[in-house]
Amino acid sequence: MGKPAFASRRRTALSGRAVLLAFVLIAARMWAQTSTQAAVQNADQTQEDKPIPILTGNFGTFSFVTGGQNLIDTQINPVLLLPLGERWLIESRAEFEGQFQRPAGGGPYGGPVSKHVDYAQVDYIANPYVTVTVGRFLTPFGIFNERLYPVWIRFLQPDPLIYTINTAPSDGGMLRGGFPISSAANMNYAVYASVTSIGIGSVDSERHVGGRMGLFFPGPRLEVGGSWQKTLQDDRKNAFGFHMGWQPSKVPLSVRSEYAHSFDGSGYWAEGAYRLSQVHFWQKAMRHTELVARGQQFFVGEIGADADADLGLPSANTREAEVGVNYFFHDGLKGIASYGRQFSSAGNFNQWSFGLAYRFLIPLGPSGAKSGAQ
Amino acid sequence: MKKANMNRTVSFAVILAALALASFLYAAPTGISASNGKEAAAAPVIHATDADSMRIEGEKRYHANCGRCHAAPQKFPPRMTATVLRHMRVRATITEEDRRLILFYMTQ
Repeated sequence: MGKPAFASRRRTALSGRAVLLAFVLIAARMWAQTSTQAAVQNADQTQEDKPIPILTGNFGTFSFVTGGQNLIDTQINPVLLLPLGERWLIESRAEFEGQFQRPAGGGPYGGPVSKHVDYAQVDYIANPYVTVTVGRFLTPFGIFNERLYPVWIRFLQPDPLIYTINTAPSDGGMLRGGFPISSAANMNYAVYASVTSIGIGSVDSERHVGGRMGLFFPGPRLEVGGSWQKTLQDDRKNAFGFHMGWQPSKVPLSVRSEYAHSFDGSGYWAEGAYRLSQVHFWQKAMRHTELVARGQQFFVGEIGADADADLGLPSANTREAEVGVNYFFHDGLKGIASYGRQFSSAGNFNQWSFGLAYRFLIPLGPSGAKSGAQ
Repeated sequence: MKKANMNRTVSFAVILAALALASFLYAAPTGISASNGKEAAAAPVIHATDADSMRIEGEKRYHANCGRCHAAPQKFPPRMTATVLRHMRVRATITEEDRRLILFYMTQ
């Protein structure tokens, strides 16, 4: 253990210092700009409407046919947004999900109904560069867990193979923010510590620290970034990942991708969605139609196949390709259909999905005048 | 394998630090001038009187920012929009400047 352990500790200390250096630099940069920019903004700011509490969220019902076995998945994810004053926001999301299948010997559909508190957090917008969050929050490892998870947002309904890598909920504190670093680029960041380890189904969490940093270039609409996390329990392992997103302004295309590497496993996914709004025939229907595709791969980690399965990861090295179509009946309602084929040493199979995803938004107070255009 | 993992962690941390340093240095010349108290190119200031410019800029930022995750949504009543944008400020880490301009565009 002697020399290698020392070298390991030295590398850990080095990486810790490098991360510390990064955030000290960011803090210095933010500190230098805060007071002057706040003054400029106050001078220019127009009268804004006061925010009101909102109940929003989504509802989805889907049929997943995996290897010939049908699973009916129905879920509702209410999100409560409660703004207080000019700087505070209390927000929470819960998930109620029923997954129903026919028993192997036949009979009526049945299955578990689960409930989770995905997040319940208090946000304090301290200044244009820092928002302080405490409570239970979605772990900002990659972008799918935090931003792309809701059924009305995701391109394809089946979760990516690597979805559960280092995305256990966090209970603790976080600093985050986004700010311009030039006229061509914005930086965004999140640093967090989860301080409790709870192993009870609906409120499961773990102890870890981590961070994510990204750059968004509004011109080409390109976003790139990376994440890091160190688990402070069990094997106390490091994990890291990268993400990107691109929405070219001249083509109704959206491309995004993630890579994650951890002790539990590693892998990537890349997906694209193309809105048929530029097609010259059947325009009324075509502009509501989106073609989607995803390719992904997963590699079993050091914990082994059985442990991977417990974590919701594939139990063998796996590849998958999926294509699908989404039809937007209106802004908050879409119908989905997709087909995918999974390849692994555990067996190859087809996966079909069909369903509806709906986003709702209900004001819990006077919402102000209707703003007109739809 | 452990060594390889540790090396990757160190590399990632160094990349993170380099990224922060690069952005810090890159942004420095376009930052705020302490001497005259005016903001330079870091975030273009659009005066309230120039409503058309704000609307155009707001629409541009609305498409650029909202499209990072989802199709640009319809417009909602102003006070709901204000709540949604505060939520997006936190969730999607959009900048304060973007939030203000998008709010202006979506409530006009």
